[in-house]
Amino acid sequence: MAKNEIDDFTGVETTGHEWDGIKELNNPLPRWWLWTFYACIIWSIGYVIYYPAIPLLEGSTMGISGVTNRSLLQAELTKADAAKAGLLSRIESTSLEEIRTTDELFRFAVAGGSSLYKVNCSQCHGSGAQGAPGYPNLNDDDWLWGGDLESLYTTIKHGVRNTDDDDARTSQMPAFGDDVLEQSQIADVTQYVLQLSSQEHDATAAKSGAAIYAENCAVCHGDDGKGGREFGAPNLADALSLYGNTADLIAAQIAKPKHGVMPAWGLKLNEADVKQLTVYVHSLGGGEQAATQ
Amino acid sequence: MSPDPNFETFDAEAVNAKHNRELYAARQKIHPKRASGSFRSLKWVIMAITLGIYYITPWLRWDRGEFAPDQAVLIDMASRRFYFFFIDIWPHEFFFVAGLLVMAGIGLFLVTSTVGRAWCGYTCPQTVWVDLFLVVERFFEGDRNARIKLDAAPWAATKLIKRTSKHVAWLLISLATGGAWIFYFADAPTLLKDFVTGNAAFVAYATVGVLTATTYVFGGLMREQVCTYMCPWPRIQAAMLDEHSLTVTYNDWRGEPRTRHAKKAIAAGEVVGDCVDCNACVAVCPMGIDIRDGQQLECITCALCIDACDGVMSKLGREKGLISYSTLFTYNQNMAIATANGSGSAIQPELVRPQGRLAAGVQHFNWRNVIRTRTLIYTAIYGLIGIGLLLALFMRSSLDVNVLHDRNPQFVQLSDGSIRNGYQIKILNMRTEPRSFRIALDGLQGATLKLEGSDLGQGEGQILDVKANQLRNVRAFVTLAKDAIAAKTSDFTIRIVDTASADTVTANVRFEAPSGTGQ
Repeated sequence: MAKNEIDDFTGVETTGHEWDGIKELNNPLPRWWLWTFYACIIWSIGYVIYYPAIPLLEGSTMGISGVTNRSLLQAELTKADAAKAGLLSRIESTSLEEIRTTDELFRFAVAGGSSLYKVNCSQCHGSGAQGAPGYPNLNDDDWLWGGDLESLYTTIKHGVRNTDDDDARTSQMPAFGDDVLEQSQIADVTQYVLQLSSQEHDATAAKSGAAIYAENCAVCHGDDGKGGREFGAPNLADALSLYGNTADLIAAQIAKPKHGVMPAWGLKLNEADVKQLTVYVHSLGGGEQAATQ
Repeated sequence: MSPDPNFETFDAEAVNAKHNRELYAARQKIHPKRASGSFRSLKWVIMAITLGIYYITPWLRWDRGEFAPDQAVLIDMASRRFYFFFIDIWPHEFFFVAGLLVMAGIGLFLVTSTVGRAWCGYTCPQTVWVDLFLVVERFFEGDRNARIKLDAAPWAATKLIKRTSKHVAWLLISLATGGAWIFYFADAPTLLKDFVTGNAAFVAYATVGVLTATTYVFGGLMREQVCTYMCPWPRIQAAMLDEHSLTVTYNDWRGEPRTRHAKKAIAAGEVVGDCVDCNACVAVCPMGIDIRDGQQLECITCALCIDACDGVMSKLGREKGLISYSTLFTYNQNMAIATANGSGSAIQPELVRPQGRLAAGVQHFNWRNVIRTRTLIYTAIYGLIGIGLLLALFMRSSLDVNVLHDRNPQFVQLSDGSIRNGYQIKILNMRTEPRSFRIALDGLQGATLKLEGSDLGQGEGQILDVKANQLRNVRAFVTLAKDAIAAKTSDFTIRIVDTASADTVTANVRFEAPSGTGQ
């Protein structure tokens, strides 16, 4: 190969490349740059051997380390689980009331319960636990089955009216529209329920409704309409009702009651998770102290 | 060998002078000779102070009580605090650090526009550690000539011993340098014990390793190349100098024409300047340049050439200051005198030093030149930021409160028809002692407030304890009876009062009720 020409002005060899009369000089690279470049090449050889590097038709070379993004993530998750393991086992072996009154456990349980809630519960009870018609609001102080820690725990663990858990909470309201009460009687009872919850009502209808109520409803909902948590009978005398408290909705519920179902979370979640959820729901604002204490 | 027995001449080559420095050539080693004089003494003092600050600071103690560390200067990464004597900075107060950095930037502008590259020459860690490493080198290998000889000598036992001892000493200094750094980030005595016994965190060893390596490589091996090739600051500073900034200047208006054989030249009737071309200025230069080539990027203005030249001038009985700190402005004035206002093209030293003494008209640096519009503006900005930071420091509260209204749900109806709103209250106790706070609300008729939390008693629910130097997060429920609801939204304040000192912080918040309520 012929030697490239020497540039007259600088005395430096040219590369032989020429564009519009401009010739490129073949100056040597700076030494530090060149050595860094060589060092990088040597480094890359080790890198290619150690890490997954060369793409193949399917997948890539795995490298001797076997490190992948997936394995790195798994390692991170394992580490996070290990970090939580101590507190989780303490939660598992501690009573709910003690968790609530131990600052460290309480904060951990509320945080853990909050994320468990988002994954498992928010689909029905709403992202802010605000509920929807038919799905109880967990922020308020109206509980069908009790709002103290033990009652909440039982409800979450065994669920309501499901067929998977024999200990599930169950209650059934008869469909009074099916040949039990006349339409007019249902209308009268509806007026009485409106009166119980201090809403506008027809006083005469409510008066005759009261008699029908005493005969048919008081057995579960109580003489004063305050319901009974032992058998999940809703309180009719407060401002909140699960399926709505207008005359139409109350009448519909008397005639052909709807019944919600809640899964038994004890079958899916472990003990510590159920306990965290319990403490979290209890902390939302409606939590009650156990009656015996 | 000297043409004049009164002074020594050096066979020194300014290897980094522009005409000597080939691109793409390997570095030529510089062997700076030891200088002595007033600037050298000043540099010893500054070296002692700066190194002293660096090594000693982490060991200073400062009592902050039982709830905070007693290290005077501590950057606590784990709990995100910066302690500096009586100040402790929280992450949300990071603007103090940003403000200090801005001040440091403006300070460099101010220093550069007045005294030139004083930062480079005296206080830059690179300069200080290279100076320290040169002391070590001189201790083991001798001064300039001995070192040049040693470099050229074949590898024998003595050379090996000298070289090994030097590098071991350098590495020990580097280790101490890297070692001192980590003590700023943890309790120094504990960390030292852990470090030596092998119980310190991996990051401590890694940090020491990296800093030991950089100190050794930058201070011992690369030296002037760091300033010339790696550091952006010389380039920035060059743009910030003006005709009134001090630079180390070779006063060729009295030095040229230079000659080593002054007597002979005078006898021959030639014009002779003060420079005897002894190369002392080149021999002492740690940057490998010749200051007589004029101001150049490589010059860090360490002023050692001034010391060297002043020594020679004193020996010869001439006035000092052939090389001096000077500004371009005074230099030009003096040059005008020396060249008879440019009418004579050549320098005529007699015009500036008739009878061997400098003429009355010769300008010297005047400290009043420091005060000019530019430096006043820098000083004003510097001062304003400084005063602003001080005010912020003395006015900062030791209590910070943040109240966030629940968004989902905005309100909750309770069974008795009343409406409840939830709030997330964050209380930041920035004192190094535990405090209790009473939480109350103002401006919402008929409302009650209850805190939710594990260890809050039911009866005294509004008292909240916050640990020393901690953040406490608590939920508060505000309930308003059905009849008391006046509007869909009502503004009120939550008041947080320190039960001991009565320090009070209020937060303006809003109470939400369903639409259609009230009115």
